[in-house]
Amino acid sequence: MEIKDSKPKSLLYLDGVSVSFDGFRALNSLSFVVEPGELRAIIGPNGAGKTTMMDIITGKTRPDSGTVLFEEKVDLTKRDEADIAQLGIGRKFQKPTVFESHTVWDNLELALNRKRGVFSTLFYRLSGEDRDRIEEILGTIRLTHRRDELAANLSHGQKQWLEIGMLLAQEPKLLLVDEPVAGMTDAETAETAILLREIAKSRSVVVVEHDMGFIRDLGVKVTCLAEGSVLAEGSIDFVSNDPKVIENYLGR
Amino acid sequence: MISSFILRALEGRIVVTVCIILAVALLVPASNLLLSPDNALHIPTYVMSLMGKYLCYALLALALDLVWGYCGILSLGHGAFFALGGYAMGMYLMRQIGSRGVYGDPVLPDFMVFLNWKQLPWFWHGFDMFWFACAMVLVVPGLLAFVFGWFAFRSRVNGVYLSIITQAMTYALMLAFFRNDMGFGGNNGLTDYKDILGFSVQADGTRAVLFSLSAIMLSLCLVLASAITRSKFGKVLVGVRDAESRVRFLGFRVENIKLFTFVTSAMMAGIAGALFVPQVGIINPGEFAPANSIEVVVWTAVGGRGTLIGPIIGAVLVNGGKSFFTGAFPEFWLYALGALFIFVTLFMPKGIVGTVQAALANRKAVKAAARAQAQNNDTPSTQIQAAE
Ligand SMILES: Nc1ncnc2c1ncn2[C@@H]1O[C@H](COP(=O)(O)OP(=O)(O)O)[C@@H](O)[C@H]1O
Ligand SMILES: [Mg+2]
Repeated sequence: MEIKDSKPKSLLYLDGVSVSFDGFRALNSLSFVVEPGELRAIIGPNGAGKTTMMDIITGKTRPDSGTVLFEEKVDLTKRDEADIAQLGIGRKFQKPTVFESHTVWDNLELALNRKRGVFSTLFYRLSGEDRDRIEEILGTIRLTHRRDELAANLSHGQKQWLEIGMLLAQEPKLLLVDEPVAGMTDAETAETAILLREIAKSRSVVVVEHDMGFIRDLGVKVTCLAEGSVLAEGSIDFVSNDPKVIENYLGR
Repeated sequence: MISSFILRALEGRIVVTVCIILAVALLVPASNLLLSPDNALHIPTYVMSLMGKYLCYALLALALDLVWGYCGILSLGHGAFFALGGYAMGMYLMRQIGSRGVYGDPVLPDFMVFLNWKQLPWFWHGFDMFWFACAMVLVVPGLLAFVFGWFAFRSRVNGVYLSIITQAMTYALMLAFFRNDMGFGGNNGLTDYKDILGFSVQADGTRAVLFSLSAIMLSLCLVLASAITRSKFGKVLVGVRDAESRVRFLGFRVENIKLFTFVTSAMMAGIAGALFVPQVGIINPGEFAPANSIEVVVWTAVGGRGTLIGPIIGAVLVNGGKSFFTGAFPEFWLYALGALFIFVTLFMPKGIVGTVQAALANRKAVKAAARAQAQNNDTPSTQIQAAE
């Protein structure tokens, strides 16, 4: 590793990113920067392109034009999902996606940031270190008491947490979280805000959310997307008083 | 490393199944060879060979279960890997005939003499050596699976589309093998074998050894499949089946995972085919028929996919049923098979073994819940300790 005199200024850098689906412009010259260690919230109406943006960052969708850089040097548009995950970008889907026929423990074991090749996994043995790490994550996501249960038996909110836990196990530098509190109870929502703030202490997190109460709870910089580009960016009070935001999103 | 990998495979059910299969491997040939034909317990040679055939089918179903039950790849072309393994063994058996063929050519099999060929095609070389034929039993199906899987999995062909192209693959091979100029005996296939490693293929002793070998191979492959599915790799496989994109976004190369499993499975199918051919005495292009591959899916579904043991039970039961039906009411077999598949899909989607397992797990869960209820008071403190 080279020794750098200063930390990189951006962890994630998107500039002029556009993508169309059958002529429909889902992203329109989107530009967006996440700094190392930052927790960022993204709001915007349905169809604004929030999920599409995550698809592009994680290699699921290729942009038609624009730049997507990770740590100022890695061009993400040239990598595939597995590569990008290994670079240190974790992603939580809008719909909770865990391995339902595995136990909570196994879900975390699979996500653990270890060698992922065919033969490494065939001959993998759980080490004490790995066990400790999984137990630590179980505590963080408040699922210690359900570790041996099948993920299918968890409540909706617990599945969301398990998925977040799997991302933690991946030890990403950047975590993308798509609508984590959709369908959660109020208590679960508040708990999730605490959980995300805890997680963001040691890494950058980008959260897409509709729930304005939740965004307020997070108390971080907010970016409002609409029709595929950035409408406004700043504190929640600044953004929610922006006339364009009110017209496009909050006023609806 | 290897030993812990294998030890992990030896879970209760698997050990019991392996013991049963090995007992069969011993007792059936013993009864055939040692008991006199008038003894009530004597198993005639044709019955033993029929049972040997079922064991080969069981191995084929086990191979399919690895890709379908665990990885979610519904291959409708596994019959092709089976047939290729069978042809590799068939070629060895043809070369063993030597000058004892009808036309008496020391090198060329009869069908080549009949076609007026003057020399052995290049791909028939080496098949006079048993070890070479055995290697080809693995290499040919494995290579086809590798090439096929390389393209299909890399381009992310999934679900029904993948199933359809596997059907197309076996269909195309069937048409190719039907052609005389392919050099595999065309329509008639390869038959009239004389001996294997110098032992007559008709002899009871040879039949008995082939039967035992089929059972032993089935046991070995069962242990291997169990080791694979119980490793972390096996858990990833189930992950691919249930939530492929999650696996990808966790950083796994799904295409490599599928490829490894598909190739391993194809090789197992090849072994099954190779053991099948000397016991039935023929291999012809009919083995590539798309319907054959679909039947394998039915056996696996009936026994219970994703259980390893289920497909073995399914293959033996359905084929036992088939032998009975085709003897008693030949015209009804296809209807019976169709009805069975519909019944299983509707009422027993987990198959025989899956249904029994679910019932047992249910009972255990109820008991565990009752126990947890009983000692509810002292558990929370231990849990908090564990969390800290
Ligand atoms: N793969 C796709 N094919 C076609 N249209 C898509 C695809 N992905 C997203 N879109 C369209 O792009 C727009 C933005 O979608 P999305 O990013 O999911 O919005 P958001 O997450 O902000 O609600 C929507 O109109 C959606 O229909
Ligand atoms: Mg969305």
